[in-house]
Parts: sequence; structure tokens; C-alpha cells
Amino acid sequence: MRAGRLRDGLVLLGLALYAAPFFWQALTSLRPDAELLPLAQLWPSRLTLAHYDVVFRLSLMPRALVNSLGIALLSTLLAVGLGALAAYALARLPVCGRGLILLGMIAATAFPQIATVSPLYLMMRAFGLRDTWLALILANASFALPLVIWLLAGFIREIPLALEEAAAVDGAGRPAALRWVVLPLVAPGMASAGLLAFLFSWNEFLFAYSFTASEASRTVPVALALFPGVFEVPWGDIAAASLLASLPPILIVVAFQRYLVRGLLAGALRE
Amino acid sequence: MTDRNLSWLFLAPALLVLGGLTVYPALWVLWLSLQYRIPVFSIARWAGLEHYAFLAVDTRFWNAAGVTAVFTVVSVALECGLGLGVALALRGQRHWRRVALALLLLAWALPSVVTAKMFEWLYHPSGGLVNFLLGGRAINWLGDPALALPALIVADVWRTTPFVALLCYARLLTIPPELYEAGQVDGAAGWQAFARITWPLVRPILLVVLLFRTLDALRAFDLMFVLTGGGPAGSTETLTVYAYRALFQTLQVGFGAAIGVVVFALVMLVAVGYLRLINRESRTA
Repeated sequence: MRAGRLRDGLVLLGLALYAAPFFWQALTSLRPDAELLPLAQLWPSRLTLAHYDVVFRLSLMPRALVNSLGIALLSTLLAVGLGALAAYALARLPVCGRGLILLGMIAATAFPQIATVSPLYLMMRAFGLRDTWLALILANASFALPLVIWLLAGFIREIPLALEEAAAVDGAGRPAALRWVVLPLVAPGMASAGLLAFLFSWNEFLFAYSFTASEASRTVPVALALFPGVFEVPWGDIAAASLLASLPPILIVVAFQRYLVRGLLAGALRE
Repeated sequence: MTDRNLSWLFLAPALLVLGGLTVYPALWVLWLSLQYRIPVFSIARWAGLEHYAFLAVDTRFWNAAGVTAVFTVVSVALECGLGLGVALALRGQRHWRRVALALLLLAWALPSVVTAKMFEWLYHPSGGLVNFLLGGRAINWLGDPALALPALIVADVWRTTPFVALLCYARLLTIPPELYEAGQVDGAAGWQAFARITWPLVRPILLVVLLFRTLDALRAFDLMFVLTGGGPAGSTETLTVYAYRALFQTLQVGFGAAIGVVVFALVMLVAVGYLRLINRESRTA
């Protein structure tokens, strides 16, 4: 028993070392400017919040955080909303060409963004959507949609059909059965699919970088990539900004780990 | 309402969005790649296959194709080896399992731009942790054409190993312990048990993971674009970075689209190849 604990502790230590680049970035965000370049000692002589102060007062990060949060939430809602309806139809209703549609979904999850980014850019420009939230919400939602549909169709198929039939016998119409039987049972699955869609949108860079020209819709990854340095690169400020950009992913792996793992496994083991 | 009508009502919104924002652009990019389009000079005329003919003799394109190939093969191989190792280490974990998974998945969940900025700082010649740990060397990791690609691959391996590890770990947990007990009776322990019991059961899932990772590595863009921008001297310029530069920096929309189409074709080819392999595996297994 004691040996087991020791072994587990060592594995944990190994994983903490694996995550060390992130912890180093966290330490850098608290390190005084004077001790950044050149690096003379591992542990700084004192810790400071000065970098966070700069990021919040002087950088475009606060606005980018609002943009990213809004865009990620709305594109997740859109993808899960449309995805749930489509998944229910594919899992439970008679659909002609079902096999073809499902095959198309798998193929679509493999589409490279770099191929579709130029037509999408031309479309957004033609509709006057450049530099708007809507452009990114639509692009991110449509990119996440195939995976969301695939995941949810699988989760819905796991619900025993007998439950829905029992509801029908009790006189519930299909809408009522959907609302009171299917929806509660597939809610955890929707959480899994939604988390993956949210994470994709939060982390997405290529669309956001190509479709935005100002802070009106600049997202966190874009703001971070373009982080300004006047005379020299402000490594401490960049570290503080990356920590802020990492908060939602950290929350997800810590607090919603179960749903994330379930979504990842179901998404990969699609057979 | 009949079920058939209801099914179309449910499917229509999703298919409309996918049709307009995924299928249509995927077809449009093919069309774009057959044209000369340089919007700033309002040039727009038919080019036929000229872009593709140019790519066939374009040394920058072949360099990018080579970088993409090396990046994909080396990082996917390292990720799969390392990921399986982590999964085997995690398998016996009884305590603090949630903490262990959180530490592991963190690297995977971070935005790739954050990873790029993190590694840029780790590799910094005078302020970076890497040189500090090497005893105060002043190696310019990202500025040296011989070192930049390996440095980039390390960052990618760090970011994506957790995905491989998680899937292998999940598979390992489903192997019944009785198999190993039976194996021990037959004298299979340690390496023998791995080769005869674990490996055959993990191999199918590793193939699936290999498929996903290869597709993602071929499509990768953010990490190299932010970390090295394709430099120095094109040593980390992948096909995706080359396509981006043509599309949005030199504004040759048709030519950039042609490179995008090549990436597209590569991805689909690799996907079909792997799927056939996986099918054959599952039939012989």
C-alpha cells in the first residue's frame, strides 16, 4: 500500500514536471522586469503583479477577453443547438441518405482550415461581416458542427428507445417526449460536446486572425500573437496575458474534466 | 407532422449552415485555385492549371512540402511513443487520479498561440529556461536553421502527447486483469506480457490515434506561424504557412488557394489510406 502511494506520487511528480513550461510562464508573469533578461536565478527575489496591471490598463487584452468569451459562448450555443436537432433526426428519425450525411460529417471534421479560409474571407467581405462577432461565430460554429453532431448522435443512440416509447404510450407527443425524456438524458452529452466546441472557439486562431482588423472583434489568441512591444519584447506582460488566455482551459480540465474526457473519448472512438 | 417531415425540419438548419460555410467554401477554393486573382491590382482572370504547374517546379513549395513531411512524421512518431509511455505509467495510478489527468490535459487544452508564446520564451537565448538549465549557454534555438524545426517539433509534441496518452490510457483500463493473471501462468511477465497482451490490444486504438494526429499535424498552422513565422530561412515553413503568406501577405488569392487545395488533397488521401488500413486490421483481428 505504501509502495503504491510512493509510485503514484512519483507519477504525479513526473506529470507536474511535464506541465512545467506552463508553471514557468506563470512564474514569469510574476517576475519583476529587472530579473527577466538575462535570467540569473530560477526563483525571483520578489513577486509582482505589475505585469497584470499593465495588461489590464494598457493593453487590448480586456477587450479581447470580452470578445473571445462572447464569441465562444454564442458559437457553442449555435453549434450545440443546431447539432442536437440534427443529431436527433440522424439517430432516431427516418432520413433518406443517412449514411451519406454521416460520412460527410466525418469527412468535414478533417477539412483543413487553411483551404476554406480564403473563400470564407471573400464571403464575409461580400456580406460586410469582416471585423464582426457574427463572422467568427458562424465560422467557428460551422467548423465545430460536424463533431458536435457526430458526438450527440452517438449519445442519443445510447438512450434506450423503450423510454421514448413509454412516453408515447403515456400520451406524450414527440415534442413532450423530447423535452422531458430525451433532453435530460442527453444533457451530459451536450455538456461534453459543448465543452469541446467552446474550447475550439476559444483557441481558434486562423479565422480570427484573418477576419479581424480592429479590436472590435479581435480575440484573445490574436491579441496575444500581436502583443505590442515598443522597443523590446515585454516578456513579463506577454506571460501575464497568456495566463489570462489560459484561464478557461484550466477551468475546463480542472472542474469539467469528466465531461471533457468523455467527449474526447467518444469523439475519437467513433466506430 | 410525419416523422419524415420532422426529420427534415430538424436537419435543415444544420445542413444549411454546413452547406453554406463548409461545403460551398470547399468547392469554391477549387474554383479559386484555377484563377489569377490579385485583388489589390483588380486582376481576375482564368488561369486553368497554371498555378499547379508552377507549384510542380516551385522550390519554395517543395521545401515547404519537405518541412511538412518531416514535421508530421517526426512529431506524430514521438507523440505516439511518448503518449503510450505516459498511459502505461498512469494505468496503475490509484490516488490523485483527477489531479494527474488535469496536469496531463492542461498542455492539450491551452490555445496553441499560448503554447507558441511560452516556448518562444523558454527558447530565448539569454532569458530562456532551456539555456539556463544547460548551464548558461547562449544557443539561439529559433534563430538557427538547423535547430528551429527540432525546437518546433518539441513544442508540438508537448502540446499533443496528452491526447495520445488519454486515448491509450482509456484503452488500457478496459483490459481485464485476468488476462495478465492467465499470462503469468504461461510465464508471460514484464516485457513478455506487454508484447503478447498489451500491445495487440492497444495497437488498433493507436492506429486510430495515428490517423487523427497525422491529419492534425498536416493541417497545423498556429504553432509555427506564431513561434517562428516559418523562419529562419524557410526552415520551418510548412505548406499551411506558405499558403497563408500567399493568401494574406502577397495577396495572390488564386495561388494561395492552390496550395490550400494541395493540403486538402493530402489530408483526404492520408485519411482514406489510414481508414483502409484500420478496416483491414479490424478484419484480421
